Amino acid sequence: MQSGVKVEIQHVALAFGRTQVLRDIDLAIEPGEFFALLGPSGCGKSTLLRVLAGFNRAQAGRVLIAGEEVSGVPPWKRNVGMVFQSYALWPHMTVAENVAFGLEERRLPTGEVRRKTANALALVGLADFAARRPGQLSGGQQQRVALARTIAVEPRVLLLDEPLSNLDARLRVHMRRELVALQRTLGVTTIFVTHDQEEAMTTCDRIAVMDQGVIQQVGTPVELFDRPVNRFVAEFVGTINLLPGSLQRTPGETVQFVSPSLGTLSLPYAKGMPGNGEASIAFRPHGVILATHETDPSRLWLSGSISEREFMGEFVRYHVRVGGADLIADQPHYLGMADFGRDATVRLGIDPAQIQVLRG
Amino acid sequence: MTARFTSRFASRFTARFTARFTIAQTLVALVIAAFLVVFLVYPVATVVYVAFTNADGSLTLGHFGSFMQISLMRESFLNSLYVALMTVLMSSLIAVPIAYFTVRFEFRGAILVQTLGVLPLIMPAFVGAAAMQLLFGRSGSVNLLLGDWFDFTIPFMDGLNGVIFVESIHYFPFVLMNLTVALGNIDTAMEESAQNLGASGLRLFRRVVFPLAMPGYIAGASLVFIKVFDDLGTPLVLNVTNMLAPQAYLRVTSIGIEDPIGYVICFILVGFSIAAMWGATLFLRGREYATLQRGATGLARRRLSPWQTAFTWFWIVLALLLVLSPHIGVLLLSLSKVWSYSLVPEIYTLDNYRTVLADSTRMIVNTLVYCGLAALVDVIIGTAIAYLVLRTQLPGRQLLDHMATVALAMPGVVLGIGYLRAFRGVEVPFTDTALTASWLIFVLAYSVRRLPYALRSCMAALQQAHVSLEEAAQNLGATRGRAIRRVVVPLMAGGILAGFVTSFVTAAVEISETMLLTSRESLAPMSYGIYLYMQSIAGRGPGAALGVIAVAIVALGTYASHRFMHSRSANLETRLETARQG
Repeated sequence: MQSGVKVEIQHVALAFGRTQVLRDIDLAIEPGEFFALLGPSGCGKSTLLRVLAGFNRAQAGRVLIAGEEVSGVPPWKRNVGMVFQSYALWPHMTVAENVAFGLEERRLPTGEVRRKTANALALVGLADFAARRPGQLSGGQQQRVALARTIAVEPRVLLLDEPLSNLDARLRVHMRRELVALQRTLGVTTIFVTHDQEEAMTTCDRIAVMDQGVIQQVGTPVELFDRPVNRFVAEFVGTINLLPGSLQRTPGETVQFVSPSLGTLSLPYAKGMPGNGEASIAFRPHGVILATHETDPSRLWLSGSISEREFMGEFVRYHVRVGGADLIADQPHYLGMADFGRDATVRLGIDPAQIQVLRG
Repeated sequence: MTARFTSRFASRFTARFTARFTIAQTLVALVIAAFLVVFLVYPVATVVYVAFTNADGSLTLGHFGSFMQISLMRESFLNSLYVALMTVLMSSLIAVPIAYFTVRFEFRGAILVQTLGVLPLIMPAFVGAAAMQLLFGRSGSVNLLLGDWFDFTIPFMDGLNGVIFVESIHYFPFVLMNLTVALGNIDTAMEESAQNLGASGLRLFRRVVFPLAMPGYIAGASLVFIKVFDDLGTPLVLNVTNMLAPQAYLRVTSIGIEDPIGYVICFILVGFSIAAMWGATLFLRGREYATLQRGATGLARRRLSPWQTAFTWFWIVLALLLVLSPHIGVLLLSLSKVWSYSLVPEIYTLDNYRTVLADSTRMIVNTLVYCGLAALVDVIIGTAIAYLVLRTQLPGRQLLDHMATVALAMPGVVLGIGYLRAFRGVEVPFTDTALTASWLIFVLAYSVRRLPYALRSCMAALQQAHVSLEEAAQNLGATRGRAIRRVVVPLMAGGILAGFVTSFVTAAVEISETMLLTSRESLAPMSYGIYLYMQSIAGRGPGAALGVIAVAIVALGTYASHRFMHSRSANLETRLETARQG
């Protein structure tokens, strides 16, 4: 099958009436990359996908597919395959007719159409369902038909619009593995729109986090999780403790972070830290230790009391009241392990190396 | 935020100049607009123009003055108003209890009620009118029985009473259907939350149920008013001429196409129809509540007490008998040799059918051809308008929808007179025949007048086919046109067919335009034939036979489309349902 092409989005902007939906979007997606557009609903990610497919027209900027500007190219000439959130299977055609549609539109000889249809259906494991109608299939099967229909035409780019959101939780995990495997087999550049950060992180090579029509950060899943550039990304990707305050450089290798709720904390200086002024600190709940007394002197210790406790199985999530702040601490759970009850007084240890300082 | 904002000015500028519609779309829209302007707007405008101008073209209100001075005209105006309002009242009296009881209470007669709703519509009022005379007239079956048993009679059919009686029985389904749907769409949760907050009984009904059902009632009632106010066939068959539509017809056919009083009447008919429709729209604006949430059920049904059950049955059986009476009457009449001053005909025969089939095959063929072509035109235009309105950004596309829909409020008499006046002297291209004397005029008149029915049907069908189904086709390489042909139209097929059938059957029993436009008998469709037969006592039998044939055609068409739509939509529904739930 076809190998991937490069997709470049340059300064794309789009408004519906007075609502600015996309603002100066700039992205370069590498050939064969599995790329995610991640963000809450209404952030513009689906619109951006529709711009790539040609259903929405950007009012500014350019879109290049394989180095060629496509802005004026109608959807049917782009050879960009899209899998719709609703699958958009045609109820008046059989599974095979659905899959054959795009091949027929390309005026391929009948034998070729039949062969490629069979191949695509075999690839998604639905060879036996060719004669069925979409309505007779389960949700997971419909999803595969939608996928087969799209990859049958060997698109240059594969666009997936929330393809897993209509499946139940168990099937979703299964399908997303299949999706990754399929993408690796085909090697086609794939852009995946989702609001589910777990979905994006488990499947994709790189992720662009979007909010309010603006790309907030682009990076690998690990980069986004470990080094969020702003509060939005920090809060959207994973669970995090986020405390606003202000930063003060002090002579030497430390900085002072003044939090209205916790008082002044002394943190090691790291390169790339914002300068003096408003800032936030952020740290993940699973890096926090709860104890009855201070154990590790290298940690930053605060005292508080448990305000809430959620048992999650693998770990227990505690909400701890510290000063004026409510912090989350995840403690791993094993057989026979004792835990803290509500209102228990605890010491909370944070590793300074795990603390991020964010601007604003 | 890392955003740099693109200049708002720049993006607005490009937005304005990005073409969001194609040349093909524009051309289609222009052709449809031209069709509607020439065959709908222009004839009606001509009528209005003539009503307000002197022979030399100067503006005048004089014709209205003359109109007011003729006592027959004043009387006709008041009669028309009286008949229309009384019919709304009578229809409501029949329909409201039935709608309320069936939706509100556990009741097994639902199928009967549905029958009640469809039966009258398949037989045009003017066909049943003659038969109603025989059943309910002064010496009709019912009054003969009443006279024998109780020694009194009821003047059901005397003068205006007859028109009101016949029209009410014919048109109450409009109120019944709309109200049933409106009541059925009220979510139980709406009522329950009101109860939860302390409302009950009459207060609950007045503050929640009634306001929620009101839009449905108004929609139905306004339609009844318009239909009755404009009706020509029923009064004429009942020999009532002191109403507006009959007067317009008589003036134009007896005094001539130049007589301005006829145009004044037309103006009044159009004015009242548009006012009623506009009033209802104004009332409905913002009140078409989408009250039924997904997965919710309609109003909670209560159990009926025995006497309530008895009352409900009594009412429904009574309504059913009334509804069936024109059908039974026409059937009996068509099979009778002579029928007067007797409970039922004394001698039965098939002669009437023989006569009709020998004499009037031409009319049946005419009806099939005219209405078939008109319905075809309607679904083509309907599909095109639906697509333009729902799927393109073409400026002014709503205007097409509005223009086509206005035809709903155009009385047949007015369009008929408008055609005669506006197109007199116009010849069909490449022939020597005048347009008004050719069969084409029927196709044009029927298609314009029945377009709203086909249009609604096509709109609904297109709304059901999600836009992503079309986009998926484009994404896979189908051009806009091919996507429409391979995906959109097949998905709309059910709705298009239903639209075709509705246009066809309603055109097949159209009488107002038909009476005006029939210039010679060889061009006449069935509906004109029925009217003509019914004019003489001897012709009533054959007239009824032709009526039965017309009803059979209409019933078959309606049944077929119901069947088709039902299986089709049920199918589509389950498919979409599975697709959605995954």
